[in-house]
Amino acid sequence: MMRTGGLILLLAFTASGCAVKPWLKPYERARLADPVMNVSAHPVAESYMGHVHQARESMRGAEGSAGGGCGCN
Amino acid sequence: MQLMRALLVAALACASPLLQASVLPEDRLDVLYHQYEGGGMKIKGPSVLVRKSFADKVAVHANYYVDEVSAASIDVLVSASPYSEERTEKSVGVDYLHGKAIYSLSYANSEENDFEANSVHFDMSQDFFGDLTTLSFGYSKGWDEVFRSGDNTFAEEADRQHFRINLSQILTRDLVASIGHELITDEGYLNNPYRSVRYLTTGGSYSFEPERYPETRTSEATSLRLSYYLPWRAGLHGEYRVYNDSWGIDASSWQLKLIQPLGGKWTLEGRYRAYEQGDADFYADLFPFQDAQNFLARDKELSEFSSTVVGLGIGFEFSKANWETIDRAGLNLWVDRFSFDYDNFRDIRVDTTPGTEPLYSFDATVTRLLFTLWY
Repeated sequence: MMRTGGLILLLAFTASGCAVKPWLKPYERARLADPVMNVSAHPVAESYMGHVHQARESMRGAEGSAGGGCGCN
Repeated sequence: MQLMRALLVAALACASPLLQASVLPEDRLDVLYHQYEGGGMKIKGPSVLVRKSFADKVAVHANYYVDEVSAASIDVLVSASPYSEERTEKSVGVDYLHGKAIYSLSYANSEENDFEANSVHFDMSQDFFGDLTTLSFGYSKGWDEVFRSGDNTFAEEADRQHFRINLSQILTRDLVASIGHELITDEGYLNNPYRSVRYLTTGGSYSFEPERYPETRTSEATSLRLSYYLPWRAGLHGEYRVYNDSWGIDASSWQLKLIQPLGGKWTLEGRYRAYEQGDADFYADLFPFQDAQNFLARDKELSEFSSTVVGLGIGFEFSKANWETIDRAGLNLWVDRFSFDYDNFRDIRVDTTPGTEPLYSFDATVTRLLFTLWY
């Protein structure tokens, strides 16, 4: 029952979602492009800190800024 | 997982014609000096990253990273002698921009005297819905070889796989949200070949035997991130991450970070992070007798503990009109103070009745100094 409800909700969301237009024009994104909004502005420093956390904690994965091939594995 | 699936289906169903191109990472040279000091460990070294793009279509990067380790941690002091070693990691990668999609492929190799790891990583990200939405997928495969110093007959292997997905959504002109999920599976020799567990002996004292871990581990982590532009021009970044794995460990963390520019050249950063985890099903500080169970661990990273981090950073960017190929340069310094408090890992350097030793805790300081050239 819950699964069917979820499916109907998902279909309703996708059906209505496709009718939704992007609500911000490119010129309205100036603040989002500001460097202060980039939490990973220095990838080599961020990767290192990710490595420090990972070496001392069991939690791993979904780090965000860490990806492949940047000294972070 | 069901939420992720629903979001993925919804995002793909709503994919609209592409309006604006994605961009490759900036061309830059980073030279980082890093140092970790605390709990008897001192780890320092450089990390150098070079990125260069060609024709706004392809970007390549290479990273060289070194850890110089001087180890006299509590684990080392109770079961071995202090030692020094070096770990070197090299990685190369390429990013390819095609329309609104970026495809990334990279390879990394990490070597130390008793361990070698090789890994390949593939990621793709796609912008759509007027560039308000970015969907990313990734897969990594790793191969580890584990050796033991002083024992030429010891050689073990472990394979690792990562599956990750991330959805970023611009919500308002001031707010961006993203949700990410990653599944990691390990198979093979997952122990530390040097570490021991302790167990009670009949005389009321204790003795040691080698750790024994399961040969598989599967973990899932989910993160939610929000970035908000504050009215006085500053960025506030929040993150919550939750984790569980097949070894019975549950963990979570949250972090707040503020990035505050001062004038046109200076930037201040501050962050606070809190982390907590439960212990693994097969962890114990003191087992009741030898071979008490199939799997045995006394690694403090598998114990129940909490930690906090307070970090401060300052950055400065500068440029000169007569620099021809260089766009600008930057210098950043960050200092982070860690505090770890263990709930069931005891400091057995204190000689008292087994199982009543004080709980272990320690502080550590991490320093990062980064010089960057953008060109």
